[in-house]
Amino acid sequence: MSQLMPALEPYIRQRRAQREAHGQAPILLMSHLVLGYPSLAVNQETIAAMAAAGVELVELQIPFSEPIADGPVIAQANQLALDQGFRVEEGLEFAAACVQRHPEVAFLLMTYSNILMAYGVERFIERAAQMGIRGLIVPDWPPQEAGQPMALCQAQTALDWIQLFTPTSTDVRLQTIGRWARGFCYCVARKGVTGGRTDFDADLRHFLQRCRQVTDKPLAVGFGVRTSADVQTLTPLAEIAVVGTAALEIQRTAGAVAVGAFFQKLRG
Amino acid sequence: MSNGYFGEFGGAFIPEILHETFQRLTRAYTEARQDPEFWASYVRLMENYSGRPTPLTYAENLSRRYQRRIYIKREDLNQTGAHKANNVMGQGLLMQRMGKRRVIAETGAGQHGMATATMAARMGFECVIYMGAQDVERQRSNVFWMERLGATVVPVTSGAQTLKDAVNEALRDWVGSMDATHYLLGTACGAHPFPEMVSWFQSIIGLEARQQILTAEGRLPTHVYACVGGGSNAMGIFQGFLDDLPVQLIGVEAGGAGLATGRHAARLASGSSAIGVAQGYKTFFLQNADGQMLDTHSVAAGLDYVGVSPILAHLHTTGRVRFAAATDVEVVAALQELMQAEGLIPALESSHAVAQALKELPELPSDAVVIINLSGRGDKDIFTIADALDDPGWRRFIRRKAESYSQCEKE
Repeated sequence: MSQLMPALEPYIRQRRAQREAHGQAPILLMSHLVLGYPSLAVNQETIAAMAAAGVELVELQIPFSEPIADGPVIAQANQLALDQGFRVEEGLEFAAACVQRHPEVAFLLMTYSNILMAYGVERFIERAAQMGIRGLIVPDWPPQEAGQPMALCQAQTALDWIQLFTPTSTDVRLQTIGRWARGFCYCVARKGVTGGRTDFDADLRHFLQRCRQVTDKPLAVGFGVRTSADVQTLTPLAEIAVVGTAALEIQRTAGAVAVGAFFQKLRG
Repeated sequence: MSNGYFGEFGGAFIPEILHETFQRLTRAYTEARQDPEFWASYVRLMENYSGRPTPLTYAENLSRRYQRRIYIKREDLNQTGAHKANNVMGQGLLMQRMGKRRVIAETGAGQHGMATATMAARMGFECVIYMGAQDVERQRSNVFWMERLGATVVPVTSGAQTLKDAVNEALRDWVGSMDATHYLLGTACGAHPFPEMVSWFQSIIGLEARQQILTAEGRLPTHVYACVGGGSNAMGIFQGFLDDLPVQLIGVEAGGAGLATGRHAARLASGSSAIGVAQGYKTFFLQNADGQMLDTHSVAAGLDYVGVSPILAHLHTTGRVRFAAATDVEVVAALQELMQAEGLIPALESSHAVAQALKELPELPSDAVVIINLSGRGDKDIFTIADALDDPGWRRFIRRKAESYSQCEKE
């Protein structure tokens, strides 16, 4: 039975169980980096540091010239990678090598719909599955437009099309998206979207409750996690804490080794 | 009205966080469109505030020169000097209907920002214009007017600091402010319902032009020319004639330094674009093999854009609209010819339509009746046009002016 299940979900449950068995906080960490920023060589060091620090999931973003779902920091990283001549093909080869090098980590690809379309949607998904990528996150391809890639992912045994929940989604909308959920659900709870910091914890709790009502899949939450206090807040609420911009900023100012230390401290 | 698709083009490829915002806007737009009083109030406002209907001017001297009957639709006579007024006033009325009091917009060269600022002043809305920091530096005259009109101009310093970064910043604002804020997109592009909604407001151009040419000539035109950046002025005039199949509709894109050089913004006429998705919608984009958007070039900032209205992409595929490109050199020559023959000062954007018509006129049947959509006037863009014409007197003037300012500052 477990062989028939999508690979990402059992992986998440298993890794959480292992942490609990060791008396550790069960929350998993998912990090994010932009391929080619500042270079693939630095990406490689950063990923090694993340893996050594016990990061369970890594999101590799293939840069796009129009990153409409990204904040200014990551948008700029996209642009700089492209200015330095980043090509999709070398990014995919790099991702394949990451999977080989770090079999204990689940790698996902994050990018925009046009990258898949230009490559050929079917070809892209087959290649991702073959190289052992576990999930695809494509934030400008909402489920009502994404019938084709979602069906193609479903035909693969171990590649999930990840759905996104946001605080602005109505309950009806969450239900619709929840029906398509595979692997885990990515809850985007950006600071500044839901209001001031004082209300934030209550808002976040309420939002995640609404998410739970529409899916039994694990929840990954990104809201600008920076500190171990943030991770602690999330531990009882979500299965996975997403660390995006903070890691990128540390890598930029203090280098790859500092990123490892940062992740090591995040779970106390 | 549509489901947001025109053939295979259009759609709403937007981050989930914007889904509800777009749903609400689509509902408000759909209701307004079904209410005949809304359109009537729009027409009344444009008559009273923007001088509509704009004339269909018979170009007597050009007609004599080319031995064909040539008419010019005078969108240059609108408030703020361009067809942009139609869209901003229409969306302003929609804002009143939705009870919103704050408007945000992106702007590249500043024309759409300025039009939005006038609307906000007239309707009493708070107005924030997002503009790439580089564009703020380059387009001081429009920034000056926006600020004097009471708008806040926010220079965007992320990414390449140009139009697309301004769009992203405006969208970020909207996500956090949708209850009281409307995002006023400037052209017939972007995610549904913008292409359709903007085209609807601009259809006033074509409705008028159709009636005017029938009055003047007793028959429909044989050819209609319009320039195409995002595509809103072209959509505006073409909609008057879409069902009249014998009327040839010609969209003119920016040929820049020439199609062979790669330095242009001719998405459809060049044949070198590919169907893809960016900025929330599916259309033909100038992109590389990886799907990354390319840099475009045109002497006219308003045509310097990587995508094109999904409605025009569809009309290109069906063959209803033919697309051509005019180069920077042809455009500057056409601008001078129209100025000197008719005393009209076209914007560089609109001069593309003029240039293509002048190229084709000698080959048209002798009984041809041609309409050129003059989407905007050029005198407000004196800095850009003086550069395009490489005017030595103007350059001397600016140099002296700069010297007198530095003199003042020293004293």
